[in-house]
Amino acid sequence: MTNLAAANLIEARELRQYFTVGGFLNKKRVKAVDGVNLSVAAGETFGLVGESGCGKTTLGRTILRLYEPTGGSISYNGKDITKAPMLPYRRKMQIVFQDPYASLDPRMTVGEIVGEAIDIHKLASGKKDRTDRIIFILEKVGLNSEHANRYPHEFSGGQRQRIGIARALAVDPEFVVCDEPVSALDVSIQAQVVNMFEQLQRENGLTYLFISHDLSIVKHISNRIGVMYLGKIVETGESGEITLHGAHPYTRSLISAIPIADPHKARKRERIILEGDVPSPLNPPSGCRFHPRCPYAAARCAEEEPSLNETGKGHFVACHYPECS
Amino acid sequence: MNEYLVDVNNERLSFFTPAGEVKALNDVTFHMKTGEVLGIVGESGSGKSVTAYSLLGIVPHPGRMLGGTLMFNGQRLDTMSEKQMESVRGNQISIIFQDPMTSLNPVFTIGSQIVEAIRLHTGKQKRTAWARAVEMLNLVGISEPEKRMRQFPHKLSGGMRQRVMIAMALVCEPKLLIADEPTTALDVTIQAQILELMQSLRKSLGMAIILITHDLGVVASMCEKIAVMYAGRIVEYGTTDEVFYCPRHEYTRGLLNSKPLLDDDAKQNLTPIPGAPIDMLNPPAGCSFAPRCGSCMKICVRETPPASEFSDTHYSLCWLNQKAVFETAGKDEAR
Repeated sequence: MTNLAAANLIEARELRQYFTVGGFLNKKRVKAVDGVNLSVAAGETFGLVGESGCGKTTLGRTILRLYEPTGGSISYNGKDITKAPMLPYRRKMQIVFQDPYASLDPRMTVGEIVGEAIDIHKLASGKKDRTDRIIFILEKVGLNSEHANRYPHEFSGGQRQRIGIARALAVDPEFVVCDEPVSALDVSIQAQVVNMFEQLQRENGLTYLFISHDLSIVKHISNRIGVMYLGKIVETGESGEITLHGAHPYTRSLISAIPIADPHKARKRERIILEGDVPSPLNPPSGCRFHPRCPYAAARCAEEEPSLNETGKGHFVACHYPECS
Repeated sequence: MNEYLVDVNNERLSFFTPAGEVKALNDVTFHMKTGEVLGIVGESGSGKSVTAYSLLGIVPHPGRMLGGTLMFNGQRLDTMSEKQMESVRGNQISIIFQDPMTSLNPVFTIGSQIVEAIRLHTGKQKRTAWARAVEMLNLVGISEPEKRMRQFPHKLSGGMRQRVMIAMALVCEPKLLIADEPTTALDVTIQAQILELMQSLRKSLGMAIILITHDLGVVASMCEKIAVMYAGRIVEYGTTDEVFYCPRHEYTRGLLNSKPLLDDDAKQNLTPIPGAPIDMLNPPAGCSFAPRCGSCMKICVRETPPASEFSDTHYSLCWLNQKAVFETAGKDEAR
């Protein structure tokens, strides 16, 4: 937050991730991430929003090289890691997964789950040190030492998500990809986990890539936001700027679609209801990918793909007619 | 006596699981008038779905109703035979389920599933039923309905399937539509489409809706009345404005404070509700929210709070509201 001017910790250039689907007769390529430029400064939280299938999770995983990128480059702290051996970087880059029910091995105790990463990176000097580290991490995420001997099924959703976070933090990382970490939790628990993410960031100086489809949570936690649509970032900028003065028609409709928990405002508000569904990434529309659903689409939009242009300080929009909306 | 379309009184329902009795509903009471939209809000396991299922007589196996009455349109639902229930279910009361991916049968076409529903309740000829189905798909905003009728569910996106579910629920023009988290599985832009559709269908068809959700934002724009459920009880009930602007239960307040507001410029800290949802097998004595409540008093952990009424439409179950009563009646009661 304070060192926005500092060097970028994560830098992705023209990042592409294509998946091949179908057999050899009808082989097709899904362009899940298609030429994304993204930079995350040390200590900041970059929020990534978009609807299901827009490629936000794929982008997060490709940055960690959990998927090998099809093209483009990723650099970490100034070093190109697109082809580098990842083991030394795994300690610095971690991930918290969406589903706290599926992402924990049911046959490992919490202590084993958290300790595994410590073992792999040989962080503990002895048995005692290992146990101390595990307890230290568990306490940090609001669990306690006796939880270490229990199994994941004994915990509630919110507690499991804490275990997932403890596992990511066990190796003392610098960068954490949070892939929809609160979507599966009850509303009353979401705020607990969001607050914990913020507290851990203050204490450990973490940098987050926070992926969610819930714009209100992303806005709350992020310094900057990127809005994705069909494999592309269509708008990026400071979080307040995006939510209050979003310029891309997609961003604006996304914001207007979010239900407001305030009856007076909700009744007064003008909603932009988008027509139709998100097109299949197998077969993305020509030109601007949003044009079939865009209320302001012109002839040019179907032919020419807009590039990200700076419209204000640090505010980039990929739209031919951003002034329309 | 019955001016209400739906009149649920002191409903108690338990699930008798091998591990013990789970009291899913405790003295649930609510009324709805014709054409009214009621939102039921609560977290998972609070009993909001079970309340709705019991109106349709589709509570799953170890569940049994233990007491109370369910009235609908002057008929008693809880004492009805299965045969009579069949003529109500899908005809006068319909339901839309949460997950549009699993609630359509994958091996039948969309058309045959809607036609089946029509013919079951009206005995119409196949041809007229088919025409009616096309008309309904049109009404819910599905383009090329004739073509869609011949397709299987997997060809349709989530939003489209939910539209089909709505069409199917509305073919018999029910008096009451129950929507059980109809948009939870959908993206926000699709959610906005579906809510808009339900809103306009309600205006044109004049049915009452029970909207079950965990999202306070959804009820704010849709509903006239809101029931907040926690651990199998309606802990607060009132008009939308009453519940949002003068919440009288600590859980409702907590829910309202724990969600970040999008148009709030200041970086506010979220105030979460501490603790975890309760274990329904071993519910705490007294008020079930007491273990998570910031203003918990001695009496809260001992006795279940009575309802305090604030207006004709607004009540809540919280001892804090009884404080004034204690103070006038002498301190000894409050101890």
